[in-house]
Formats: sequence, structure tokens, C-alpha cells
Amino acid sequence: MRESTIMKIHYGTALAAIALVAVHILMRLTTNFADSLEYENVLANYKFLPYALMLELILILLSIHGFNGLRVILLELKQGRMYEKAVSYGCVAAMFGLIAYGSRTIIMTNMGMT
Amino acid sequence: MAQVSIEDQSGETTLITLRIARYNPQKDDSKSFMEFEVPAQKWTTVLEAILDVKKNFDHSVAVRYSCRQATCGSCGMIINGKPRLACFTKISELNSNVVTVEPMNNFPIIRDLAVKFERLFDTHHKIKPFLIRDDTELETDAKEFLQSPEELEQYIQFANCIKCGLCNSACPTMAMDSSFVGPQALAQAYRYVADSRDKGKNSRLKIIDDSHGIWRCHFAGSCSQVCPKGVDPAMGIQFLRGYLLGFRS
Repeated sequence: MRESTIMKIHYGTALAAIALVAVHILMRLTTNFADSLEYENVLANYKFLPYALMLELILILLSIHGFNGLRVILLELKQGRMYEKAVSYGCVAAMFGLIAYGSRTIIMTNMGMT
Repeated sequence: MAQVSIEDQSGETTLITLRIARYNPQKDDSKSFMEFEVPAQKWTTVLEAILDVKKNFDHSVAVRYSCRQATCGSCGMIINGKPRLACFTKISELNSNVVTVEPMNNFPIIRDLAVKFERLFDTHHKIKPFLIRDDTELETDAKEFLQSPEELEQYIQFANCIKCGLCNSACPTMAMDSSFVGPQALAQAYRYVADSRDKGKNSRLKIIDDSHGIWRCHFAGSCSQVCPKGVDPAMGIQFLRGYLLGFRS
């Protein structure tokens, strides 16, 4: 993938994440902070499909943006063909790993495995 | 330490201390400084002070220079902590009686103040610094490639680059990323991309659209701060990003 395409995704995910995180914060403001972290309330959030999908989307956006940022930092720290390949593939693998782990929580909640 | 005194513009004797970095990579482990007391007048440049040292105190000081008028781009160095041209920097404008000269950052040192320019010239060459067209204005009956003042205005300041390397020396990304194209080459890429006579935009954009290309610029702006010719590489880089992001065509 061309670097300009990667950077377009990088900027796009940042903008989208800002918008969705703002919605997420507004949703949290519907109740006080302590209540929003109650176990039952957290489960209810995950079971409310539109909100759960938005959380999933935030997870994907921030994972893409964050791991690409990490890739860029690591590429600037050191150079070398093998190192750069390892960094790029490592960051993609870590991104998928984090998305899978976060999605697992939402899926398990909706399957009643709590 | 020898001393030479002369008169400054107010008629008083003025001496400045010139600290010159000495380093021979084949012999020395680290850089050291030698101090010389040299005369300075209102218009004395740092290069003239260094040449004074070479003439009167130590001829072994290694320094690259040629035109002495900020045209050849040979005498770039760090003067009192900032990348500058030695021939274009008057001692009086430094507001200090101690002038420290060091080789440019981000360049391998040949000896003392002389550095290798290979990386600068390689990256400059890489971005194809020439007009790319299928036709030519040299053929018989061919017309010259006309340009309006507005079209000229798009790139003319970038054509002032003298390849002195001061922008690359000031760039923080150049210090970290040994594969980074650098502000000099990126500014020159913009110079040709923005030229209405050029048809090589796509091939040039492809070259700089790399993991160590234009996207690694952090927009510190130090390249534009130090350019002795008023070129603004940081602005050129942002314009180039506009092409790659689809904001410019």
C-alpha cells in the first residue's frame, strides 16, 4: 500500500475517532461517572447493539490509527529492510490482535457469557 | 594563542574569540575545540575570520568555501549553535565576542568543518531535479515554453536553493531517520512539480510517497528558519502533501 494511502487512512481514522469519542463522552454524561462504571450498566451498554457497534468502531479506528502511529515512530527510530518489514507486519498483527481481543468482550457479553 | 588587533568601526580595538571544532575521524575519538583570538570589523564575516586563522595561526583547519557571496553553498556550518553560511554571517550580527563554529549536523564529517555532501546530492538527484517533457524547445521551429508571471510565482522562491544543506542540518527528522529524503530534496521536488512546464509530476510524487519520504516531515519548520536564500521548504512540503492528499492538482 502506498504511504499516501496509509496516511489518508491515518488522518481519516483520527477525525472519525474524534467524532465518535465525542458521542461516547456525551453518552457517559447521561448518568454520573460512578454509576456509568457499575457492572450492570457496563453490561447494558454492551447489550445495546447500536452503542456496542459504535464502541467496536471506536476500537477499530483507534487501533488502526494508534498502531500506524507506532509504526511511524519505530520506522524513524531505526532503519533497515528486515527491521522495517518486522515493524510493519508486527504492527498490523498487533492491531488485529487488539481488535480481536476488544471484540471478544462485546461478543461474549451479547452471548450471555458474563 | 596568538593575538591580532585591529580597529572596529568606532575606532576601538576589537578582538573576538573564534572557537573552531577540530575532528579527524581517522585519528580522533571525539570533537575538540581550538580557540583563536581574531580581529573583527563591522563587516567581517565568520568565513573571513576562519581564513584569518588559516593564514596566521593554523593552516590545517579544514573548511570548504568558494564564492564568498552566498551563491555556491559550500561554507555551511553551525555558527553559535545555528546552521548558517559562514560567508553570509557577519560576526557583528552574532552579538557575541565568542564565536563557535562546528560542522553541520546530520552530515558525516570529513575533517573539522568540512562535511560529506553525498546524501544531499543523492536525494536531490533522486527527485529528478529537471523539467520532464517529451518535446523540447531546442528543436528548429519549436517555440519556447512560455509561462505567465502567476505560474512563475508558484515555484520561483524554491528555485533559489543553492544546495548548501543548512535545511538538512537543521531538520530533526534527518537526525533520526537515515533514509529520510530531507527538506532540500522535498523542496526541490515541489519546485518542479509546481512548474507549469513540467510533465513529470506523477513520477516525482511517486518517489517521495515513500515510508521515508514526505510523510516523515514533522513540520518543525527549522529548515525554513535557517535557509539563507529565503526558501521555505516547510511550505513546499505542505504543498506537496496537498497534491498527495488530493487538495491540489
